[in-house]
Parts: sequence; C-alpha cells; structure tokens
Amino acid sequence: MPSTPKKSLEITTPSDEEIRITRSFDAPRMMVWDAYTRPELLKRWLGAMPGWSWAECEMDVRVGGKYRWAWRGPEGAELGLGGVYREVVPGERLVSTERYDQQWYEGDAVGTVEFREAKGGTTLVTTLRYASKAVRDAVLQSPATSGMESGYTLLDELLASSTAA
Amino acid sequence: MSPKYRAHRSLTRVQAMHNLKVMQPSGYGNLSDGRLDATFAALADPTRRAILARLASGEASVRELTEPFDMSQAAVSKHLKVLERAGLISRAREAQRRPRRLEAAPLAEANEWLERYRQFWEDSYGRLDALLAEMKQTTTKRPRGGSRGTTKRKGR
Repeated sequence: MPSTPKKSLEITTPSDEEIRITRSFDAPRMMVWDAYTRPELLKRWLGAMPGWSWAECEMDVRVGGKYRWAWRGPEGAELGLGGVYREVVPGERLVSTERYDQQWYEGDAVGTVEFREAKGGTTLVTTLRYASKAVRDAVLQSPATSGMESGYTLLDELLASSTAA
Repeated sequence: MSPKYRAHRSLTRVQAMHNLKVMQPSGYGNLSDGRLDATFAALADPTRRAILARLASGEASVRELTEPFDMSQAAVSKHLKVLERAGLISRAREAQRRPRRLEAAPLAEANEWLERYRQFWEDSYGRLDALLAEMKQTTTKRPRGGSRGTTKRKGR
C-alpha cells in the first residue's frame, strides 16, 4: 500500500458567523466532487456512528434541487437533515442550506464546499455559515481554534494525571 | 503530543459541536448538554486552563493559585467561581485555606463525548480516502474510459 502522508485537518473561524474546515485528499477535483455528490458514492463514506446505517440518501444536485440524508440508529433512533442546493459548479463549488430534523439552533445554516486543486490533489474547504454569531458560537462554543486545541491538550494531560493519581 | 494529533483534536471539537447536539435529542447518548456547555465555556479561557493544570498536580489555596499570575486574588477568585460552577473544581472545607481541588469527572465526560464524535468524522474522512483510492484505481485500469465526472443523471 502506498504510504500517503496523513492528511491533517484545519479549523478556522473566517468571520463571526462562520466555521471553516479544511482537509486535503489525494485525488483530482472531479473525483472528489463525484464522491461528494453521487448518493451511491456518498453513502460509502459519510457515515454515522457505529450501529447507525443509512435510511435515506436523496440528492438532486442542481440549483434549487433538494437533498435529504437520514440515518437509523440503535433503538429506533433517527437522525436526519436536508436542504436545498443554491450553487452547483461541478468540480468547484457546492452551496446548500442545511437543517436538521431536530434542530437545536435557530435558522438554516448554509454550507459551502469548495473543491480546490492543490499539489495534484484536492483541498476540500467546507465553510458553514450560521444565522448569527450567537448561533455560530453555540455551535463552536469557544472563541478560537487555538484555545480549543490547548483546551484539548490540557484535557488529555488532566485525564492522564487523574488516571495516574 | 504531535501537532498532527492536535489538528485532529481541533477537528473533533467543531465537528463534535456541530453534530452531537443533534444526536442527543434523537436518543443517542445521555450526557447532560448543559453541563458540557459549562465545561467547555470554562475551558475556553487560558487563565482557567492554567489554574486547572496547576490543580492537576495537587490542591492549592487561592493565594497559591494567584502567585503565578499577574492578577489580583479577586480576579483569580472570579475564575475559580466559573470553574466551580462548571463542576471542574471543588473547595475543601478546611477553615482558612479552603484549598481548591480538581474534579476529574466532568472532564472525563467531556472527553468521552468528544471522542465519540471525533471517531464519527475521522472514520468518514478515512473512508473517503479509501473510496477515492479505489476510484483512482478504476480510472487507471481504464485510462481512456473517460471520467464519469459531471454527467448528471436526470429524473431522479
């Protein structure tokens, strides 16, 4: 198996209402686009937790088209979300609204996925824009990624030391 | 800890926030959301994290906790109140000194919650990597097979 370098993820907050997630993939843009927009391919990777399985995966990938994804979990639990495509530029850009069946924050979120060519591969830049800073912060619940990271590092250290104690 | 590992950790954070709250009402998991909110809010501040790190090595009085910081005992006390409300620390009864000590349970709970969702996304992206590798192989086998690329099927 070829030893591809491990891809790292990056989280930023480009504006008050947004969260951006960046990740690189070792494949051309059109291929990543396909994996992202064709239900039979999407279902193979976008997974729920262990014990969960796909219940619905409908995607009408064109401007104004709708999508709906739903999973079924243990003891009849269900998780579903859906929305409408706002911009569809194959291999480049996919913009859609996003709302969960059991939404815990106000307003639809708008997700923009950019497929950027990078070093023979593709960098996937996902930007989630929420209705307000308050909602974004509720989702993120932390002022900055750096703070989160050190928070987690600390968590690890604390857990290690409390386990050792 | 390697920087790479940290990067994964931070992904966890956002993805987690984005998803797990959704799964909670659907019956997945039974951790108390409010308490986790308080935990993360408390952890968002560097001074409070430093205080927790100090307490991880043993209990300490407010005065002892104030020493390393360039701030008043009153300011440190405010941070201690936030940590206490989040259940991250507790106060011993010992009369004068009233040393603070770390409470590990909420941290463990927060971590467990994150771990679960980190797994969700790492698994997903890992599978996407695998799928793309498979798609690339198929394309290589049929070099001029043309990319199925953008062909859109109608009438779904």
